Amino acid sequence: MADSHHILWQQAVVDAVSDVAENIRRIVLRPERPCAIRPGEHVDVRTTIEGEQHVRSYSVVNAADDGTHLALSVFRTPTSRGGSVFMHSLQPGQSLEITQSMQNFPLRIGAPSYVLLAGGIGITAIAGMAALLRRLGADYRLVYVARSRDAMAYLDDLAAMHGDRFEAHIDAEGVSLDVRALVGSAPEDAEFYMCGPIRLMDAVRRAWTERELEPTNLRYETFGNSGWYEAEPFTVRIPRLGVETHVGSDESVLEALERDGVDMMSDCRKGECGLCQVKVLELAGRIDHRDVFYSDRQKEPNTKMCCCVSRVVAAEPGTDPTPRPTILTIDVP
Amino acid sequence: MTVSATKTTSTAKLLPSPLNAWFVAGWDHEISAKGILARTIAGRPLALYRTGDGRAVALADACWHRLAPLSQGKLVGRDEIQCPYHGLRYNAAGRCTSMPAQETLNPSATVPSFPVVERYRYVWVWLGDPTKADPGLVPDMHQLDSPEWAGDGETIHAPCNYQLVLDNLMDLTHEEFVHSSSIGQEELSESEFEVTHDESSVTVTRWMRNIDAPPFWLKNMRDKFPDFEGKVDRWQIIHYYFPSTICIDVGVAEAGTGAPEGDRSRGVNGYVMNTITPETERSCHYFWAFMRNYRLESQLITTQLRNGVHGVFGEDEAMLLAQQAAIDANPDYEFYNLNIDMGGMWVRRLLERALEAEGRLAALPGS
Repeated sequence: MADSHHILWQQAVVDAVSDVAENIRRIVLRPERPCAIRPGEHVDVRTTIEGEQHVRSYSVVNAADDGTHLALSVFRTPTSRGGSVFMHSLQPGQSLEITQSMQNFPLRIGAPSYVLLAGGIGITAIAGMAALLRRLGADYRLVYVARSRDAMAYLDDLAAMHGDRFEAHIDAEGVSLDVRALVGSAPEDAEFYMCGPIRLMDAVRRAWTERELEPTNLRYETFGNSGWYEAEPFTVRIPRLGVETHVGSDESVLEALERDGVDMMSDCRKGECGLCQVKVLELAGRIDHRDVFYSDRQKEPNTKMCCCVSRVVAAEPGTDPTPRPTILTIDVP
Repeated sequence: MTVSATKTTSTAKLLPSPLNAWFVAGWDHEISAKGILARTIAGRPLALYRTGDGRAVALADACWHRLAPLSQGKLVGRDEIQCPYHGLRYNAAGRCTSMPAQETLNPSATVPSFPVVERYRYVWVWLGDPTKADPGLVPDMHQLDSPEWAGDGETIHAPCNYQLVLDNLMDLTHEEFVHSSSIGQEELSESEFEVTHDESSVTVTRWMRNIDAPPFWLKNMRDKFPDFEGKVDRWQIIHYYFPSTICIDVGVAEAGTGAPEGDRSRGVNGYVMNTITPETERSCHYFWAFMRNYRLESQLITTQLRNGVHGVFGEDEAMLLAQQAAIDANPDYEFYNLNIDMGGMWVRRLLERALEAEGRLAALPGS
């Protein structure tokens, strides 16, 4: 039983749109059946990409107390999976289908102290937690990191709202985050909530494990949409089924195989559950493991991968004497 | 001619329970580190246990994975519960700490863990918005663990909507008819009573002066004053505290010795502690105790009073069962109200306001 996980589809009308940072658009929706929304909740949205329906998850940044309005913030990447292009095309008055909000990332009330860490667009899941902790008078610290100031939604608002409890680390301004120092300074019994690129979250996870802090006090949410490398197109093959197909940089292996008619098993589509795992038979390139299902030990030999999020990129230049196209050869259950 | 609008009221026959409120989940001794107690509170099945260091825990009684009841599992380690089906483990915060056949944990795997407070010999649980779970809102039942009071109680599994028990306790004229052999007497329905309320409590006060003590009270008087004979002044001061606690200040004193004016030294005083926790729409957990502030040393009196009240409340239970059955057998009939329901109607008003604030009044039948 998750905290609140009924999938109830409803109509929502776009109330307002505005640009809040470079490539980040805030979209305010009026759902047909309002209900109170707690920090950490997300909605699933039915998006139309090239005429096809896809479901995408977006954190609710903030919402009216009674849930009559809720705001999402959507980052549009060059290698967008398509959903963000659709979301950026929305105009006031347009309607779309969303779920009632669902909770996979609950904030526990009553911890002795909190560290909140947001990387880039991850702020969408974290901002509401910080606002609530402030209202409750809790002991918290909000850390917001990004490559550049232009890419940081809500930066000034957050700085004003959280004062001394807030700190920003901006790579372009030479004040990058020292992850080990951050984890090292967290009180022993602090709860740590993070949402951001997988590199950042992996670094925190390692520092957390190294310090032997209580594993369940490290909370995070991943939508499986960031990796160690930029997404690239490649080819996937399933020799047993005679399948060979192209995986675009804006789609997953799972989506590409489904599009090709392969009967695939999957569930969470964000690299958590492990149902979509496939056996890697041969690899021309490097696997970019983007899931949180496999341990580091299991990822290392590159014999299996979660095809809902993990990808392949070209081999490191110079490692292959005869450069070949990037090809992933797998078998599926 | 002016025609005044007629306001038709509907007195709910099945009142939903507010969730932003503390309800008793169990007696302190029922919840232990040795086993798991399964109990449904306000429609929510809970697995109740204690951690190794004695802290009470209330988790939703359904595993994140396939909803198997955690209460049928076992307690492991410092604060964990293990699902009986596939062995997933959760800590006191409801966070999964172990999953079968994988080296990592799915970060989404949690079960709700509800705020808990231990007070007045009870473990209280809050099922609503945890940011509102202020321990200061636990109703005052201090007589239960005060050194100035002695007594004990039990639990009744009452087969009726919790509001019917509140109705029963807010109007004690029923004692004359339901409890005629112990505490009932005709002066109960003949005497005046006074009702007051504020935003979270209701008080009903009734004094019966210069009357014969009914058998239960004559016995109590003679426990303190062995040679007592004659008339008494009897009181019943019913204190309701939101959402469903009713502490009744009861007693008798030698008639004319000043009890109504505040001098109870020539009398005996008890407190009937009642707190009712909704289970389903048609059942509730009714926790009660009888406390006294005299002869504190006597375990005999504690046992006699508990057994005596057990008998009295058995009569209530039979009536509540019959009433709920009649309500269900007559779905087309409504409740009507009498003057004696004044206290109970204020209780309904406070509960309905709370339900409205939670946006759940629409669930009220007839509204």
